[in-house]
Amino acid sequence: MVFELINANPVVYEKKERRARSAPSDYSDEYAAEPIDQQEVFDHVRDIKDPEHPYSLEELKVITEDAIEVDDMQSYVRVTFTPTVEHCSMATIIGLCLRVKLLRSLPSRYKVDIRVAPGSHASEASVNKQLNDKERVAAALENPNLVDMVDECLAPSYG
Amino acid sequence: MAESSRLGQSIDSFVDSSCSLTQQAASLDTITSLVKNGVLSVEGLVREMEMYLTTTDNIIRARGILLLGEVLACLVSKPLENATIHSLIGFFTDRLADWKCLRGALVGCLALMRRKLDAGMVTDTDAKAVAHSFLQNLQVQSLGQHDRKLCFELLECLLECYPDSVAPLGDELVYGICEAVDSEKDPQCLLLTFRIIEVLARLFPDQSGPLASFAGDLFEILGCYFPIHFTHPKAEDLGIKRDDLSEALMLAFSSTPFFEPFAIPLLLEKLSSSLPFAKVDSLKYLSSCTLKYGAERMLKHAGAIWLAIKDAIYNSIQEPALSFTSESLVGLGFQENEIAKEALTLLQRVIVQSDSLYLSLIVKDEDINMILNTITSYESYNDIYSQGRLKLHVVGRFLSISARSSIASCNRVFESFFPRLMEILGLPVKNLSADHSPIVSSLISKRLNFGALYLCIELLASYRDLTAGSKEIASKSISASETCYGMLQSYSNLLTEAFCSTLVTSPQDADIYFGVKGLQILATFPGYVSPMLISEFESILITLMSIITLHFKKTLLWKLSLKALVNIGSFIDEYHESEKVSSYMGVVVEKSISLVSLDDFTMPFPLKLEAISGIGASGLNYMLKIVRGLEEAIYTNLSEFYAHENMKSPEITIRLLECYSNKVLPWIHENGSFDEVLLRFPVNVWSQIESHVDFSIQVQEMELLDATMTAMRHAVAFCSVESQNKIIQKAYSILSSSTFFPLKEFTSLTIQFQLGGLQLARKIDNLSYRDEWILSLFASVVIAARPQTPIPNLKEILQLFMTTLLKGSVPAAQALGSIVNKLGKESNELKISSDCTLEEALETIFRTKLWSSHDNGALMKCSGTNNGSEMSFADSCLGVVNNNLPQIHAITGLSWIGKGLLLRGHEKLKDVTMIFLEFLLKNNKADAFPLKQNSLESSSERDLHPSVIKSAADAFHILMSDSEVCLNRKFHAVIRPLYKQRFFSTMMPILQPLIMKNDSSLSRSMLCRAFAHIISDTPLTPILSEAKKLIPIILDCLSMLNKDIQDKDILYSLLLVLSGILTDKNGQEAVIENVHHVINNLTKLIAYPHMMLVRETAIQCLVAMSELPHARIYPMRIQVLRAISNALNDPKRAIRQEAVRCRQAWASIASRSLHF
Repeated sequence: MVFELINANPVVYEKKERRARSAPSDYSDEYAAEPIDQQEVFDHVRDIKDPEHPYSLEELKVITEDAIEVDDMQSYVRVTFTPTVEHCSMATIIGLCLRVKLLRSLPSRYKVDIRVAPGSHASEASVNKQLNDKERVAAALENPNLVDMVDECLAPSYG
Repeated sequence: MAESSRLGQSIDSFVDSSCSLTQQAASLDTITSLVKNGVLSVEGLVREMEMYLTTTDNIIRARGILLLGEVLACLVSKPLENATIHSLIGFFTDRLADWKCLRGALVGCLALMRRKLDAGMVTDTDAKAVAHSFLQNLQVQSLGQHDRKLCFELLECLLECYPDSVAPLGDELVYGICEAVDSEKDPQCLLLTFRIIEVLARLFPDQSGPLASFAGDLFEILGCYFPIHFTHPKAEDLGIKRDDLSEALMLAFSSTPFFEPFAIPLLLEKLSSSLPFAKVDSLKYLSSCTLKYGAERMLKHAGAIWLAIKDAIYNSIQEPALSFTSESLVGLGFQENEIAKEALTLLQRVIVQSDSLYLSLIVKDEDINMILNTITSYESYNDIYSQGRLKLHVVGRFLSISARSSIASCNRVFESFFPRLMEILGLPVKNLSADHSPIVSSLISKRLNFGALYLCIELLASYRDLTAGSKEIASKSISASETCYGMLQSYSNLLTEAFCSTLVTSPQDADIYFGVKGLQILATFPGYVSPMLISEFESILITLMSIITLHFKKTLLWKLSLKALVNIGSFIDEYHESEKVSSYMGVVVEKSISLVSLDDFTMPFPLKLEAISGIGASGLNYMLKIVRGLEEAIYTNLSEFYAHENMKSPEITIRLLECYSNKVLPWIHENGSFDEVLLRFPVNVWSQIESHVDFSIQVQEMELLDATMTAMRHAVAFCSVESQNKIIQKAYSILSSSTFFPLKEFTSLTIQFQLGGLQLARKIDNLSYRDEWILSLFASVVIAARPQTPIPNLKEILQLFMTTLLKGSVPAAQALGSIVNKLGKESNELKISSDCTLEEALETIFRTKLWSSHDNGALMKCSGTNNGSEMSFADSCLGVVNNNLPQIHAITGLSWIGKGLLLRGHEKLKDVTMIFLEFLLKNNKADAFPLKQNSLESSSERDLHPSVIKSAADAFHILMSDSEVCLNRKFHAVIRPLYKQRFFSTMMPILQPLIMKNDSSLSRSMLCRAFAHIISDTPLTPILSEAKKLIPIILDCLSMLNKDIQDKDILYSLLLVLSGILTDKNGQEAVIENVHHVINNLTKLIAYPHMMLVRETAIQCLVAMSELPHARIYPMRIQVLRAISNALNDPKRAIRQEAVRCRQAWASIASRSLHF
């Protein structure tokens, strides 16, 4: 079967330099809390590999730091990603990867909301609905083929 | 006959191609050794092999000839007769035509050609015959790789070793070589090829020689390899790297000037390649060729080369620029990559070769002139857009490199650019007679043009470097008549003022940086060529110094000025400019000393100290002066404390002392030993104490005492034995004249040690502060003394320290430890030791019988009756029941003494540790020590206070850990190698069963504590070998220690030991058996609230454990994942990151475990 890429020639952007955190504060303050913030969540997802290219989501600008909203007090994260092409059928896979990655990386108190950036996808509403439907996500993760695909995309981010 | 049959067999097995390689190698060895040992002559061998060498069977003949060749190759150093060599080389030369057995012929030729003169060489005629036959018969490119390599080796050998015999072949040779090397592709052969061409070029240097006519053809072959594009996957398996090939090709390119018409255009063309390595190579080759081809030939390429250099630099330098605060800054701080570096090297080379030509190119260059024209429109650095900055940077580099190359070019550059820059800066030519005030004042109000400022400083810097760099150049050719000298002289005054005004008025980093740099350069011209008057030099120093004293709020300016001052100081010190040194002393050094001694609080004190120590470090003379100033300041401050009531906070004095001991002393020590300088401080401090009988220092000034002690320790430690002796004598005389000395009642072996309002306690309590100072300082002197330094009246001092130790004086304990550590064994052969040997000293320490009393008044004598009287000091600790403070002090003291013994590996340490162990076991009499039963029958009825037991456990920490304060290399401790390992391996067999058997929770936990102290300071290797036994105890300790927040540091260091075990392969095997317990413990520690590092390490340990065998850890998976998912919610970010890693590691050991 000839496998045709959906976006055969994506634009690759440069990786942003990893901002070094201002040294782990002072050691005197052993009990000070460092709330989960935008950058931390971004660090979790930036290295997820694109399902069809050997680039990270960051390099393809599917995810940017500004597209992540975090409210540590309310335990709420909202990730808005931008598929590289409008009709991208990989959008749901990317969304699933994001969800799984955050599921594994954030404390269980968090509610994660994953959305396609408005106007960036042909069937925006249905993708959003699919990604935020607990039942459907659970069902997708029962599917061994899908799980393999997700695991493959997540693999490099632990490197 | 046995030999001949062995020979026959060997030959057969070599020639037989069905034999294995090892058999063949073995038979070759046999034959070689036969010939080498003289059992068989070469002629004999040839005769024996006759049939193989002449048979018509191609395969056998080839093998036979190869065998002969290989044997000869092994006999290179065996002398052979000329006739033999002649006939052999004749044979092989003939065989070169026999292509079926070429390999053997080549090996044979090569072996014979490589012979040295002392073992018999091939004659010139024979060599010529070889060359002839080679050129006639061999089609090198049609051969296999190995044969080609042999061919090239043979060619190289011919050219290198027999140049005279091959030279007459002339055209034929060159043509043959062209043919042979054409379109070679194997890297190893290529390396040889390049080498051959290089040697060939050396062979025919003549203008009318054969090479000159073939140069075009030869270069056509050579040129297609440039740039070397080497894609061999692994450089290691050939032993050849791209760089080797490139280097060899470069040598071939530059081997003869005849290549010039072909090579230079090619190189210039390849400069425009898009491959970075091609550019770098082109520039490198150009540099190399320029040197070899000579100025005359390169003349016509000058214009093109200049353009190419410019182009390469402009295109290769890119942002980002370094900031002006960074350490080493070139030009405007743009990053220069390899291309730019090579281009600048090339520029330097060509300028050195033909300066007038390139300088006129630079001077007339349109780009440079255009930039000079445009910079007028930008006032400050920030106005210039980034492309402009880059151009400015490049122009600066050009000017600096060209001015740096020689005096003549420096003159030329100055002539062409300097007046123009001055004009842009707005500095008029100085009229020698006229005074300049109106112009200068108008100038100061105006800001300097940044671009011109930068370029001007680059020029100044290169002129300075040129004059300072090489004294020969300077004295020979630089005189006052040089153009640049004259120019600079006429402007120096104005420039100085201009730079100074920049510093004060400009708020921008760039201006400040270059202003300071300019001043520094102006001040660092070597004396004989300096365009500066001494008064101008002084005014620069004054300006910089005023920045130091007044503008300390502008951090960058302040730092740069200090750096410039330090630089100037070390420069004039290095060039021995006495006049300038004296003005530097006057302006800078004196002033900075006065900074410290004045009560002027406008300038922050730490900055003052930074300035003074920095300036001092720039030269020895300055430092000596500064030390004096610093000491004076310390003395006055200290004497104020001694004499008056508390006048001001001791902070300044403490800082002074810190600066003295941390910065000044080490510097003095490193730069030559100045014993009298080092000696002065301690002696003066002691004299001061001596002269102040009335002391008013309060208790709260302990910090001051600490700082004084530290300074004292460091100063004494750096002194030589003689000086230390003087100090100790002085200190002792003061000590002995003090009110509490000698402690008469203590000199007897029985000391009445009574508590609860009894004599001794009161006596020590009544020590005045002055006495306490004296005692502590004396202790620090003793701590820092070298082993050879005698301590007077040691016995008395021991007594004194012992009693003060019980009062809780840690320095006294440390001094005792230091004494027992350093005291010579037996009577020292050097006879410098004191009245007391180590044995005696220990005797004194341990036999001191201390009487203790209970509250009820019953006196109790606690002397070891049966098993060693050495216990009695310890008994003093044990005996005092109702007041646990002295007990703790005694234990601390004993542990320092024990540390001293441990470091030198003394057997008495055993007794000390036994005492500690007794404390730990005090609470359960069931398995009491025999020691205890005997000696402590009477007192063991009462339980000890837990804090006492705890301090006994912590004594092991003192024993094992490295101390900053005493008993280390700096303070000349006697340290036996591997003492930690030794202590570990003696203690473990004792502690282990004790911990296992013990039921009482208190003593068990205390034993564990001791165990943790020992193990966490032991190197990992001995622990690993015992890991199996230790792990259960470590786990016990971990669970015990995580209860109390005060134990977090021990907990952490113990956890580090565990993680060390986990990351080692042997350790992992030991862990496998206890996986369950280890994981239980670690999962508890993940939630340890008091220390982030503990949590982090625990998680990292878990990550390491996920590598263990699957079957062992799989059952623990759920427990771990549950614990980790809590860690995801940790308040600390680092922990959360580790938790994510750990979770993934554990989740992936099971398939698709997304729900965890």
